[in-house]
Amino acid sequence: MTSANWAYLSNYAIYSSMVVFTIAFFAHAIEVAFSLRNTDSDVESASTTKFDFTRTEKSGRIGTSMMILGFILLLAGVILRGVSAGRVPWGNMYEFSITGALAFTGAYLFALWKYKVRWLGLPVVIAVLLTLGTAITILYVKSGPLVPALKSTWLAIHVSAAIVSGGVFLLANCVAALYLYLDRVEMRGPRPKWAERIPSLETLDQLSYRLVAFVFPLWTFAVIAGAIWAESAWGRYWGWDPKETWAFITWVAYAAYLHARVTIGWRGRRAAWLCLFAGSTFLFNYIYVNIYGSGRHTYSGL
Amino acid sequence: MSAVNELNTRGSFRWIWRQLTSMRTAIILLLLMGFAAIPGSLFPQRNQNPMRVQQYFTDNPGLAKFLDRLSIFDVYSSPWFSAIYLLLFISLIGCVLPRTIDHLRTLRAVPPLTPKYLEKMEFYSVVATDKSSALDRAEAYLRASHFRVRREESSISAEKGYIRESGNLLFHLSLILILVGVGVGGLLGMKGEAIINVGDRFINTPTSYDSLSFGKFQGEGSLPPFALTVKSFTAKYDLQTSAPMDYTLTVEAANPVGSAPKTQVIKVNHPLTYGNTNIYLQANGYSPVVTVRNKSGDLVFKGAVVFLPQDGNLTSIGAIKLPDMSPQIGFVGSFIPTYDRSKSRGAFSSFPEVLDPRLLLSVWEGNLGLDTGNPQSVYRLDTSKMKRLGLKQLVLGESYDFGEGSITFNGYTPWVNLQIVDDPGKLYSLLGATLAILGLLASLFTRQRRIWIKVGDRVEIAGLAKNGAPGLEVEIRVLKNLLEEK
Repeated sequence: MTSANWAYLSNYAIYSSMVVFTIAFFAHAIEVAFSLRNTDSDVESASTTKFDFTRTEKSGRIGTSMMILGFILLLAGVILRGVSAGRVPWGNMYEFSITGALAFTGAYLFALWKYKVRWLGLPVVIAVLLTLGTAITILYVKSGPLVPALKSTWLAIHVSAAIVSGGVFLLANCVAALYLYLDRVEMRGPRPKWAERIPSLETLDQLSYRLVAFVFPLWTFAVIAGAIWAESAWGRYWGWDPKETWAFITWVAYAAYLHARVTIGWRGRRAAWLCLFAGSTFLFNYIYVNIYGSGRHTYSGL
Repeated sequence: MSAVNELNTRGSFRWIWRQLTSMRTAIILLLLMGFAAIPGSLFPQRNQNPMRVQQYFTDNPGLAKFLDRLSIFDVYSSPWFSAIYLLLFISLIGCVLPRTIDHLRTLRAVPPLTPKYLEKMEFYSVVATDKSSALDRAEAYLRASHFRVRREESSISAEKGYIRESGNLLFHLSLILILVGVGVGGLLGMKGEAIINVGDRFINTPTSYDSLSFGKFQGEGSLPPFALTVKSFTAKYDLQTSAPMDYTLTVEAANPVGSAPKTQVIKVNHPLTYGNTNIYLQANGYSPVVTVRNKSGDLVFKGAVVFLPQDGNLTSIGAIKLPDMSPQIGFVGSFIPTYDRSKSRGAFSSFPEVLDPRLLLSVWEGNLGLDTGNPQSVYRLDTSKMKRLGLKQLVLGESYDFGEGSITFNGYTPWVNLQIVDDPGKLYSLLGATLAILGLLASLFTRQRRIWIKVGDRVEIAGLAKNGAPGLEVEIRVLKNLLEEK
């Protein structure tokens, strides 16, 4: 089979995964929406609206199975993309994005298995669909060989570590944002019905911390692997290239976050804001520096 | 100085020291360093792209001058950036060293005494077991699972997970090692670049370089005495996108000069290494080969002239200066490896390999300005005091008679830009980075916890987990079951 055929197969797999993710989106949306139930014909129906997830358990399960199926299809898409180009599929921004969506879904499924976080399903599937949608419409480039600087074993090591870290950082960001939102809601009164299934604020707080603490060493490794690679490709291991600078800023921000939590005991709102700030430096690096930035990390293919 | 004053000075110094080494200050400095790094990614930096800095000065002279006073174009060597990271590292050392000493002491120490009232501790429960043998059995179990055990008359205090603090300290000490590596590289290193035509020889002496800089404590005599002869350079490009696919440089290298040369291949991710010195392939381009004769037909110049690429298809520009002709003659040229033409762009290159080469020349007569003392780019001609004699597009082998003489486009040769770097500090940094990761893993994934067993009227068990680390409850239940022989 030729390279172009493999690339077509990859595209089909990615389109199919998007269809499956869309089904997962509806399943999760139905799960949330239809678990609302009016108890009888009370006049004050609003106050007696019950949130009953047993009714929509089935829909939630469908959502989860679709997420798993979508993950497998996306994984196939990413692998086939690699096969078509004869290399690891991380050569341009389209490929970073589909792999990033894969890592993000993977991080969610891992957290689902470990911490039972199906309430995160809806925001996760929305984020994945947006990422994939942007990837195939705006960022798509034809599958092709790598420029010489990218031809290195470090591509697989450095980029995979960076992408997985990014996926988990963003998941932690989702949790922190949810914390801040629910925290404000709870100050005014009880949670809205749809949010009753989401765990307590304290659990959310712990979860975002665990995610960050789990992946921070990996991010450190990604930066160091990048430095080792830069030494062999560009003759210096650190040169304050915009991408390097922002990777450093992200590292510093998360380091401050971990210190603030562990040593001076920041919890809750302040910790969540710091987590969001750190995550946004990662996003800025990915979007702004890749597309508008100058420097040596300009592989977006745009 | 009076005694009171001295006390005050010492007191305030101690106060400053305590503030500086406090955790809060460290976090503020850490975040500050993050913010301080931002301008360097938004404004062009001298050490990365001096041309763009110059462009900035041309575009906004007033603003640029103001920003330059704030070191915005040299952020990472600016006084304020240095101040932040130096303060941060002083704070780090002040925080980590005392803790290391403490930790080294506790490494040999036994766990603290069993608290008086276990009921107040976590996961307290009463064990239904034989009192006389309970402590022996518990000790055997705890020792087997690598707890550090303190046996008292009627109780056991056991602790595990010291490696958490060891890892934490190792991580922070390693950061200092990375900084030492950066410092060593900056003070004792060397970095230079040289453009060499294929076929030419490069001898590693200061005069062979186009640009060269040494660390503060490094002299010019320190260059390793090697010589390279550039044998061939091949570049492969994607036919559709012109994107480069492969660069291969073959050199004959003699180290030291005069020894038997060896054939070596240099690629983008595979530098040639002599000790701490690495030789990198950084860029490539074309040098058109021309012959210039004067009016009477005497040879004035023959050779390859390095032109600088302007785009991905290697449309290249350069200048040829002939100060020995009278009047002085200069050429401004474009070399086009694969000729194409469009209405909007004029002549341009449509592919980076040489398929249909052209040399576009404009000929100038007058004062080249080489004796003014002002440094001049070899790739540009200052035509302010010159008059244009003519304009010509040459194909391979073609000559052009411009009145004062003639020029022939004989051919071309590729050139490569070698970057030669000696960084004696990088191994320290690499070691520091590796240890930092190991320390980080140890500190983030180890749980530190204590277990106590007390035999009084009854047998009691309880524990304490640092930072609320999970899993202790299970551990205590397992031990309890064991003692109860379930």
